[in-house]
This record gives sequence, structure tokens and C-alpha cells, in this order.
Amino acid sequence: MVLRILQRTAILLASLAASSILVFAFMAVLPGDPARVALGVNASEEAVQGLRSQFGLDRSLVVQYLDWVRGLVTFDLGTSYVTRAPIGELIADRLLVTVWLVVCAMLLALVVALPMGTLMAVRHGRLSGVVLTAFSQLGIAVPAFLAGILLVAVFAVKLSWLPANGWTAPADDPVMFLRQLVLPVLSLGLVQAAVVARYVRSSILDVLREDYLRTARAKGLRPMKALVRHGLRNSAIPVVTVLGLQLATLLIGAVVIERVFVIPGLGSLLLDSVSNRDLLMVQDVVMILVVAVLVVNFFVDLLYLVIDPRLRTGAR
Amino acid sequence: MNLRRRKAAALLATAGMLTVSACSAGSTDQDENDGGDGASAASGDLSIGLVAEPANLDFTTTDGAAIPQVLLYNVYENLVQLDQEGTVVPGLAESWETSEDGTVYTFELRDGVTFSNGEEFSAEDAKFSIEAVQNDWSVSLAAAMDIVESVEAVSPTELAVTLKRPSNDWLYRMTTRIGAMFDEKGVANLGTKPIGTGPYTLRKWNRGDSIVLERNDDYWGDAPGFSEVEFKYFADPTALNNAFLTDTIDVIGTVQTPESLGQFEGNDDYQVIEGTTNGEVLLSMNNESGPLSEQPMREAVRYALDNEALLETCWAGRGELIGSMVPPTDPWYEDLTDMFPYDVEQAESLLDEAGYDGKPLRLRVPSLPYAVACGQVVKSQLEQAGIEVDLDQLEFPAAWLQTVFTDADYDMSIISHVEPRDMGAVFGDPSYYTRYDNAEFRDLLEEADQASPEEQVTLMQDAAELLSQDAAGEFLFVLPNLMVAGADITGLPENAISESFDLTSLGRE
Repeated sequence: MVLRILQRTAILLASLAASSILVFAFMAVLPGDPARVALGVNASEEAVQGLRSQFGLDRSLVVQYLDWVRGLVTFDLGTSYVTRAPIGELIADRLLVTVWLVVCAMLLALVVALPMGTLMAVRHGRLSGVVLTAFSQLGIAVPAFLAGILLVAVFAVKLSWLPANGWTAPADDPVMFLRQLVLPVLSLGLVQAAVVARYVRSSILDVLREDYLRTARAKGLRPMKALVRHGLRNSAIPVVTVLGLQLATLLIGAVVIERVFVIPGLGSLLLDSVSNRDLLMVQDVVMILVVAVLVVNFFVDLLYLVIDPRLRTGAR
Repeated sequence: MNLRRRKAAALLATAGMLTVSACSAGSTDQDENDGGDGASAASGDLSIGLVAEPANLDFTTTDGAAIPQVLLYNVYENLVQLDQEGTVVPGLAESWETSEDGTVYTFELRDGVTFSNGEEFSAEDAKFSIEAVQNDWSVSLAAAMDIVESVEAVSPTELAVTLKRPSNDWLYRMTTRIGAMFDEKGVANLGTKPIGTGPYTLRKWNRGDSIVLERNDDYWGDAPGFSEVEFKYFADPTALNNAFLTDTIDVIGTVQTPESLGQFEGNDDYQVIEGTTNGEVLLSMNNESGPLSEQPMREAVRYALDNEALLETCWAGRGELIGSMVPPTDPWYEDLTDMFPYDVEQAESLLDEAGYDGKPLRLRVPSLPYAVACGQVVKSQLEQAGIEVDLDQLEFPAAWLQTVFTDADYDMSIISHVEPRDMGAVFGDPSYYTRYDNAEFRDLLEEADQASPEEQVTLMQDAAELLSQDAAGEFLFVLPNLMVAGADITGLPENAISESFDLTSLGRE
């Protein structure tokens, strides 16, 4: 068990190092000079060079990379080229917003997907099962931003039930906060729910075919009860995996959804920073997203060990 | 927020999502109670939707139109300002005189003006502000202040500025951001804490969302109509329209999708404003290298384009055709659209003359709505006249700035040059990306700058005609100033001529 945890930790650290190199390399090859973008079209070459050296962009790439990593490790994210403010503070504000969005969407996805997937599996082959499956297929096919645009057109513009966009901090105005949260969370969460439900369904279908479940039912347990008592734990493993992976999809979805709904989260910060060539900010934001996804997957791995005792022996 | 409230909020959030329908029903009631104006009622008397959010508030080091749009004339004031007709009018200077030889400007400053940090405004501050542009500003616009020889605070209310040579342009530039008046003690945190003498002060900046200004109660002049004004930013034009339709904002400050205006026109609840701007949409050509370094080729391009049809297709017919690099609001504007009328045959014979070999021209447009839309039309019109075109879209600003602007690695591009009176900036410097090199043109500009105001007009007209005759570029149209607002909002500026979204004249009926 300890060995496995150590092994997973080593993999996590190696992935983080590799990603940091990749992220930095992508920024380095991106066309466009941050100093030129900041100073505008009429700036003299002299002024642009001055700003480049102020940003430290005239140093070698290796030095820039090492400097950046040193900053990350010591939690010093540096100063934004464009806003000239500490990146850590800027990201902290935005991260809070995105976390609200992603966590609520994930909860909604679970609340919808678990019963829906289970029903789809149990009613497999029957009409109600087929209808549910068709619905989830539709959900997978519709991208979150399209769902968002449709929801806005109907519930905001046409019916005027909810605001079309915007963001209010829960502390400032909890009611407005909730009203503005509904549509983006629905567009993100329902699409997720469809995906997760499919996994729940197939996972439960697999379990239903297992011998031990047949045995349980042969002993006289009713199908649903057999499933709950003996099946759910086993069917949880693929679902937990998917949830871990879906976090990455959710974060990417949030980038787009934040744009559609004008939400000042990490996603809109990322898009603005890319177009302003605020490279250090982009590197930091992307790294934070990478860390989030890798760390979640790390815990998902650990969770396997908890859920499935067979994996603890290390003899997989 | 204390823990209990936070928990409550979290619970509410979950409950809200689980019971969407119930929540929605509740919201309908609230809409009726506050007139559907929930967001703007909470954060300001007036809410204006705009497209580009400033990255920071320091226009001494950061370029772009977004910062002066919010701060100039509202938070910062100038000695002289620009009115709706484009005339230079008194600001913090009550009056001014020019010496006989045109090199010394003496400004009589207003008495009893204070900055929002409580400091008094005096000629010393004006001297400090002008010298700071020369010494500390890093943006290129600061170059317009290079012409100043010396500044002297004669008395607390009298300022004398001596120029190296006479310049009509200098006083005009003093109405732009480089003429903004700062307090020496108020420049420590320009990026986040602007201190000016204006009718508004910065109340709050929600990064990524909005900037809120509030009325400055100690303002020396007439109090503005709204006690709070919120500038709200929308990167996506559809989101901007939706925010207006759902009453989140009262004004669409810049309409990005002119074809969407139809839904607002003819509705008594709304007013649609269509004025003009300084944004000349230029089909720029590389005058130095490639096929378009040949004048007959450039002329062929100009003859091959049907600007009227182009404007109709790519900007819904909104905007004005110009024919040269001068917007209709400048004193030396002339309609030069007849110089190169749409004539495909003429274009074809010019192509023959130039020995055009059929090699495609590289049209590299920035990823901006008008440029992308017009790029398609330009391509298809040119191809009808037998000019092949490779159309590339470059991400704006970074990729476009690098490829087209810095490296001049292009044959044609499309961009709106929004700076006021920028004919000289765009074509007067052979190293600028248009690579237009004409000494006669540069002489005309310099002469015009030193001439009497009447002569200036004639000389600038000559320069604009020469530019058009040379086919230095194809001047597609001037971007319209399109705004949509609730019918009860008064005093919205029809033309966007100055760099400021001037809030002082706004009110509600």
C-alpha cells in the first residue's frame, strides 16, 4: 500500500515537471511579442526593447524557465506583464469563481447521472431505458456552449426568468448570485451528466452480468436490492475514474462557458491573457489547471485502493 | 462573510440548482419588483456595456483605447478638451493665448480646482504633468510632447508652454490622453488608483467584469447627471446584446454586430444612435515590397473594389465612405470617393500594364469582426477582377502585430486606425508598416502643422489628395459610432471623436 502511494506520488511529480516544460515551450513558440502588444502599434523599437528587458524576456529561455519554476515552487507567481499586478492575487480572485462553477456543475452532474445511469442499466432493453439512453446521447452530442446559448435564448431573453449573463459575489447579493449561477451551471452540468450517466449505465450493466450478482439473486434477493448490496461498490470504480477525467473536461468547458455568460473566472482570465500575450499569467493559469487535474487523478488513484481491496496488494 | 452565512449560501446554491423551476418562478416576481433592473440598480445609476476592458488603468505605460475611454474627461481632465463638433474648448484652462510667432502658449487656469485626493490643482501640476509625458511615459503617443521646449509656471494660475516650432497639432494633442492633468502626489499607483480633477472618481474595479465610477462631490464644475456609472465589459457581442435585452445594462456603448440593430430599430423603448468615429478602416498595402510596390497594381486594387457593396455586405451598410485617410469630422475632410470609382475594366488594363503574373496577394487580416467580414468581400471582389488573393486570419493583437505590423510580411491587410488625425502617423513615416515613402507628402504635413489654421486646412487637403492619388492604400470606410440605449437616456454623444466616453452630458428623462 505504502509502496503504491509512493509510486503514484513519483508519477505525479514527474508529470508535473513534464507539463511545466511543455507549457513553457508552448508559450515560447507562440507568435507575438508581449512588450509590443503592451506598448501598442506606434511604440518605438527602443521602448519595446526596454520593456522586454523589464519583463526579463531578453534572458535565455533556460534561465526564464528555471526562474519561473523557482517562483512556482515558492508560491511566487510573479507580476503580470499587462496589469503589472501580482499574478497570485489576480488568479486567486478568479479561481474562486471557477471553483463555484465547476463544483456546482459536478454536483449537478452527479445528482442527475447516478439515478439516470442506474435506471438506464436496470431498464436496459425496455422502452423507458431506451428513451433515457437517447436523451443522454443527445446530451453528449450537444457542446456546453451551445447548450448555454440555447438556455440564454429561452430562459433569459425570451422568458426573462433569469439573467443572461454576469456574476455577483455570493457575499454581495446571494439571490443575484444564485440567479446568475443557474444557467451556466445547467449548461455545464447537464452535458456532464449525460456523459457520466453513460458510464454509470455501462458499469452497472457489467456488474449485473457478474456471477456473484447472479448468485445473490439466486439466493432470493430482488434485483435492485442485490445491486445495491453487492454491485454498487464494484461499479463505482469506472465511475470514479470517469469523474476524475471529467474534471479536465469541465475545466475546459468552464473556459468557454465563462465567455458565453461573461463570468470573470479563470477561463476568461486565460483567454484575455492569451490575446494580450500576458505570457507569465498564461503559464501560471495553465499550470494551475494542470496541477488541479493531476492532483485529482492522483486522489482518484488512491481512492481505488480504498474502494477495491484487491488493488492494495500491489500485484495488479 | 462569516461561516454560517457561507454555509447558508452553499446550501442555497445547491438547493437553487436542484429546484431550478422553483427558483425561476421566484425570480420572475423579483423582476417585476425592481423593474428587471436588478444588476444595475445594485451597482450604479447607469450601466454602459463595452467590449474591451482595460488591462490596467495606467495609460502612461499601457496603450489602447480602453483606458482613456473610461478615465479621460471623467476622472482626469485636460487643460483643453474636445467637444462634440471636434472643436478645442476650455477645460482646466479658462482661456489661452498664442504668441505672435506661434511658439508660446499661455494658459489661464481655473482657480479653486482640487484633485480627488484633496490637493489643489495649480500651474505647477500642469508643468509636472507635461514634463512627465516627456520623461516618464513609455507609450509611443508621448512623442507628440517632444515638440515642447520648456514649461513654466508663471503663477499658480498661469502656465506658459514654449514649443520648439509652431505646431497646430500640439494643442489638439493636448485634448487627448497626453494632455491629462495629474497630481504629483497622486501618481504612485496609476494602474489601480487614478487621481484626477474630474467629475467622477473610481469607486470600484471588478477585474474581468466592470469598472464603477462615482460622482465627485467636490467637483469644481456642474455636477454630472448620474451619481454612479458602471462600465461593464463583454468580450462576446451576443452576450452584450443579451445583457441589454435583459436589462442588465442601459446602454450598448459600441455595437459590434451592426446587423443586429434591426431588432432595436422601430421599437419605442429603445433609441439607436448612429454617428461617426475616427476609425478609418484601411485596406493597407505594402508600398515597399511585393507586387503592390508598383503603383499600377495598387491602383488596380482600388478600381477593382466596389466600396459601396463592400460596406453593405460587411458592415450592414453602416459607416461612411471616405476615399482618403480623413474622417468626416476633421476640418479638412473632402469626399474623395470619386478618385477611384469602381471600374473592373480599368483594373484589368492596369494589371496588364503592370505585367501581373497571377501570383496571389497575401491578404492578412486581424481577427476582428469588421476585418474578417470585409476580408472575405475584398477577396471575392478582387478575384472577380482577376487578382488572386490568399486570405489569412491572424489572431489580434499579438500575431497580427508581429507578422503584419512589425515584420511587414504582408501584401494587404485590413485594420481600423482609430487614433484621431492619424494620416501622418500611418503614412508619414516610411518605416511604418504601410511603408509609404513620399517626401512631398511629408513636407505637406509639416507645412500644414506650422501654417495658419486656414492654410492648414488647404495643405491637409492637398496631403489627403496626394495620398489617395498615389493609391497608398484603399480607404474602405469610416467605422460608425453605433449605440443602443433605453429611450429615456439623454445626452449620449452621437460622434465618438475624442478618446473619452464623456459621461458629463448624460442624464435620464
